[in-house]
Amino acid sequence: MNPTTEPHQADLLYSEAEEDLRAAVRALLTDRNDPARVAVRAEEGAPYDAGLWKALAADMGVAGLLVPEELGGQGASHREAAVVLEELGRAIAPAPYLTSAVVATEVLLACGTGGSAASSLLGDLASGRRTAALVVPFATGPEALRLPGGTACMVTAVADAATADVLLVPSTAGLYAVERAEAGVDVAPLVPFDLTRPLATVTLTEEAAAAATPLAGAETALAAVRQGLTAGAGLLASEQLGLAEWCLEETVRYTKERHQFNRPVGSFQALKHRMAQLWLEVVSARAAARNAADSLAAGSPDAPLAAALAQAYCARVAVHAAEECVQLHGGIGMTWEHPAHLYLKRAKADSIALGAPGAHRETVGRLAGLPTPA
Amino acid sequence: MTTAADLRARTKELLAAHPPATTERTAFLRARFDAGLAWVHYPVGLGGLDAPRGLQAVVDAELGAAGAPDNDPRRIGIGLGMAAPTILRYGTDEQKRRLLRPLWVGEEVWCQLFSEPGAGSDLAALGTRAVRDGDHWVVDGQKVWTSSAHVARWAILVARTDPDQPKHRGMTYFLCDMTDPGVDVRPLRQITGEAEFNEVFLSGVRIPDSMRLGEVGEGWKVAQTTLMNERVSIGGSRIPREGGMIGTVARTWRERPELRTRDTHQRLLELWVDAEVARLTGERLRQQLVAGHPGPEGSGMKLAFARLNQEISSLEVELLGDEGLLYDDWTLRRPDKVDFTGREAGYRYLRSKGNSIEGGTSEVLLNIVAERVLGLPSEPRTDKDVAWKDLAR
Repeated sequence: MNPTTEPHQADLLYSEAEEDLRAAVRALLTDRNDPARVAVRAEEGAPYDAGLWKALAADMGVAGLLVPEELGGQGASHREAAVVLEELGRAIAPAPYLTSAVVATEVLLACGTGGSAASSLLGDLASGRRTAALVVPFATGPEALRLPGGTACMVTAVADAATADVLLVPSTAGLYAVERAEAGVDVAPLVPFDLTRPLATVTLTEEAAAAATPLAGAETALAAVRQGLTAGAGLLASEQLGLAEWCLEETVRYTKERHQFNRPVGSFQALKHRMAQLWLEVVSARAAARNAADSLAAGSPDAPLAAALAQAYCARVAVHAAEECVQLHGGIGMTWEHPAHLYLKRAKADSIALGAPGAHRETVGRLAGLPTPA
Repeated sequence: MTTAADLRARTKELLAAHPPATTERTAFLRARFDAGLAWVHYPVGLGGLDAPRGLQAVVDAELGAAGAPDNDPRRIGIGLGMAAPTILRYGTDEQKRRLLRPLWVGEEVWCQLFSEPGAGSDLAALGTRAVRDGDHWVVDGQKVWTSSAHVARWAILVARTDPDQPKHRGMTYFLCDMTDPGVDVRPLRQITGEAEFNEVFLSGVRIPDSMRLGEVGEGWKVAQTTLMNERVSIGGSRIPREGGMIGTVARTWRERPELRTRDTHQRLLELWVDAEVARLTGERLRQQLVAGHPGPEGSGMKLAFARLNQEISSLEVELLGDEGLLYDDWTLRRPDKVDFTGREAGYRYLRSKGNSIEGGTSEVLLNIVAERVLGLPSEPRTDKDVAWKDLAR
């Protein structure tokens, strides 16, 4: 690939329809998602609010944005899904959107919708009636994918497995769907660093493997899973963007109000410069995230590079924004009571999720023709 | 409302009437100005058509494809980016008619007499005096960091006309004829060895009152137009991937495998990511401008590019190893434009040090972003209500 040619001229703006979608999701989340309740529910071991998911997925229909209308979805694209993720990130709303409505959905779409099993499952996911989780460790990026030798397996740190109705299990044998409630399926919750995204260890016995529904053969499965992880990484950048944006706005708001030395602390250059720097990172993250969303939506050959680029950049910005949010809030930023900790934990976990920035940089280097030293 | 199709048709007419292959360069540029295709967002009669700014790209693409000469915008950047928008906004009809055409065509180069040895980031503290003498002003003082002064016909000048007022109030903006005998231009040698800038000494320079821009005492307000345009000088065209300094180092990386190390690879990838994201950020800003919704991103682009240019050229010098120990030429040159890519890595490393100083230091730009974009309160000011003559210096 010649890195100086760009096959895809990305539209980096938001359309009016996308802004309307954002307004609707934001209104719902403002109404239904209280960060204080998020922390309480998370400690009770049930971060997901079924009512919120129903309102988002079933009533608003955002779970089906990537799914064609003939399969029961909205027939929209990654551009719209990215807007939803920005808002979920902003509100630190716990919902299995990234895992089910993006990654699992993308994997199923990439399996080919000729088969009835994948198609009917896509219809279920699009309607929000059921959710699915891809059974790979959540830290796995598209390039680092190593599949187990068989469907009977044990996979750790699987995101949203405990709440998913269906597990998508890839192995060197192919891709299979297994009901979580099936005999021989064990989903053991772990204590996640990010309180708002449950992780679990998934164990499938031979018995469960035998009862699994085949979705794709070995070759298709590998490509489909890689496609799902690429789309996930590319759109995770939008969640990171929304998260960073909240951290910056909240920090600016707080430092304008908080007085020390008879002045708002936000008037000190030492703090102002840090917030201005963060603003520059956030506007840059927006360009990178929109580029990834648009490239994925267009099915551009540039999409893997755009996704890796966005993840290499936005992961770092989200962590930086959340760290600055904690620091510039001073003491209150260190408390359990203030929501900053939820954002920091999500940002840090997100930076590992779907491939760490270093792994994505390596991908960028390979795709841009900047080879590693011999 | 002028459309892209109108502009294409007009451009074709211009090319038919003045074929670039057989038309002298200046004559072509004058004809382009007179056809309203110089800067389409300017008024009719002043090189434009009152068209949306974003449509300039349509004209540029047509002219580029036809091999038409351009006005060498890098040579006349101060005129195009700073003097022209200020004259357009505050100038008299006479000033606009006399000055804008030769400015755009490049027949008259402009420079900027703002900074002084004692007024850098605190530009409003400047002390060059202008005293009224009948229908003239007599100017005395010293200016510095003046690019192009040695080739300039005109200067935009801010001088103090009332030292008894607080510093922001007692200034007036002038258009200064650089051929006046009281103007003395001396080269100012920089860390690169060359003298791209000048010191300008003004001794009894006489400026007619008709070359004042804006009201007496309103110089600071007028200068804001100039400075905002300096910082938001994002072009109308797309920058290709690897279009900036990152392209040079990436080519070296590809062509010279013997230089590669693990450490430089990691740093190259980080900078490649940052440079590509900065390019996309600029592209997003361009798309916003075309859509008629300019965003505040422009304020940050200079910050981003200053850092990138410095870090990329620094990596490049290191990557070159033995060659990084050498320099191409320390002799005092007097370039008439800055060329970031025409010389070697060592030059780029040194020249890019200026990127975070010239046109507003990065520290001042961060203050501007913090206060104007984020709405954070300013530092307490001790100089606001004090007469300029009583300020500490």
